[in-house]
Amino acid sequence: MNTTLSATVAVTGMNATDNPAPGVAVARALRHDPHFTGRIIGMGYDPLDPGFYAAGLLDGGAILPVPSAGRDALHHRIRELVEQFGITVLVPTLDSEIRAVASLESELRALGVNTFVPTVEAIERSSKPQLPKLGDVPGIRVPESVSVMTADSLPALVRMFELPLVVKGVYYGAAVAHTESDVTAWFHHFAATWGLPVVVQRHLSGDEYNVCAVGDGTGAMVGAVAMRKLALTDKGKGWSGVTVRSPALLQLAERVIRALRWRGPLEVEVIAERGELNETSLHVIEINPRFPAWCYLSAASGQNLPSAVVRLAVGEPVPIPLPAYEPGRMFVRISLDQVADMGTFGQLSATGLLPFATPLQP
Amino acid sequence: MSNTDRLRELAISDAGFVFDPVTGHTYNVNATALAALRALKEGASPEAVIANVQEAFETDADDDVARDVYDLLSRLREHGLIK
Repeated sequence: MNTTLSATVAVTGMNATDNPAPGVAVARALRHDPHFTGRIIGMGYDPLDPGFYAAGLLDGGAILPVPSAGRDALHHRIRELVEQFGITVLVPTLDSEIRAVASLESELRALGVNTFVPTVEAIERSSKPQLPKLGDVPGIRVPESVSVMTADSLPALVRMFELPLVVKGVYYGAAVAHTESDVTAWFHHFAATWGLPVVVQRHLSGDEYNVCAVGDGTGAMVGAVAMRKLALTDKGKGWSGVTVRSPALLQLAERVIRALRWRGPLEVEVIAERGELNETSLHVIEINPRFPAWCYLSAASGQNLPSAVVRLAVGEPVPIPLPAYEPGRMFVRISLDQVADMGTFGQLSATGLLPFATPLQP
Repeated sequence: MSNTDRLRELAISDAGFVFDPVTGHTYNVNATALAALRALKEGASPEAVIANVQEAFETDADDDVARDVYDLLSRLREHGLIK
């Protein structure tokens, strides 16, 4: 990690709202690496994505076709952006992008674009509907859950799991339902928003921890940083958190990576029943197949996981495991009004591009 | 793991802010609990902690220092910081 890193890195997910995408954090972590001398191209879906306007963060920017446009549209756009920017690495940061990028890996390589993403099979095995099967692996506990296609089956699940229980969208979102009518309402909400199935999961009470980790694709864990959320938004997203030194949490992440032969970044969401951090009390409630939005904390605590992923993408060896991070490093998010130039907005709106060193007109 | 291993891991500030780097939990303690906690962290026995607190805070013999120290120990046990 002490060698010069001069890649031109495209990072998606510049939408840093109160439910932020991870792109800004990934870009900040790369900037944090003193050996990074490359360029960062921010990518998003809206010219008003806040990351495009963050001072000193990006060297260029681009608007992508929405994920529903499909992998061919993404491939076409990446090819255009390779010509525009000379992109050599792509770091997708949104759930909705990971499958498409994984399935395009060889085509992207042919364009000279390196990625470090999991296989489509591993992504599928980490998905919410498939998560219970991971509980068959020794040392990995997963709360019971059932994938539901129709509302008719909900009353039986309420009797089986008892209230409260957790209702989850197939791609995104989770809600704790305290009444049977809440269960039904959340089922219809997530079915309408993200499609079927909807996942119904037994509710566990305890402390929530998150681990951001990177796998090398052979089953080894490159690095991992564990964090406890200190404050949540009304959507349940972490607004503040602190790194913790828990061998049990890191061991659990290592088991997940080994079981899935995970390649690239992921986030393991964990409930520690009774607040105890040992093998029998830790339960994996979700796996996100990408960096979490708090991943800058990994760089700030001494283990720069985004930098490691970019280095692995370009074939540069990194020490496995990475040096230990510092516990007790804390983050607190802030909302502030960035003063932006209308020229940036205009450029992105009109052309979908923010070229290198765009001259910003007054 | 000895009885004080978890206590030794705690980061304790002079203001009485305590951070557990294993669980991420934080606590605020008053001046007497801070003195007691620091002594326990060094491996002092409950009896020695009681004597230390009585001396440091110049309490009367009939003050309930012993009760407070045992209450602190009970809370530390609840939080898994001692056995």
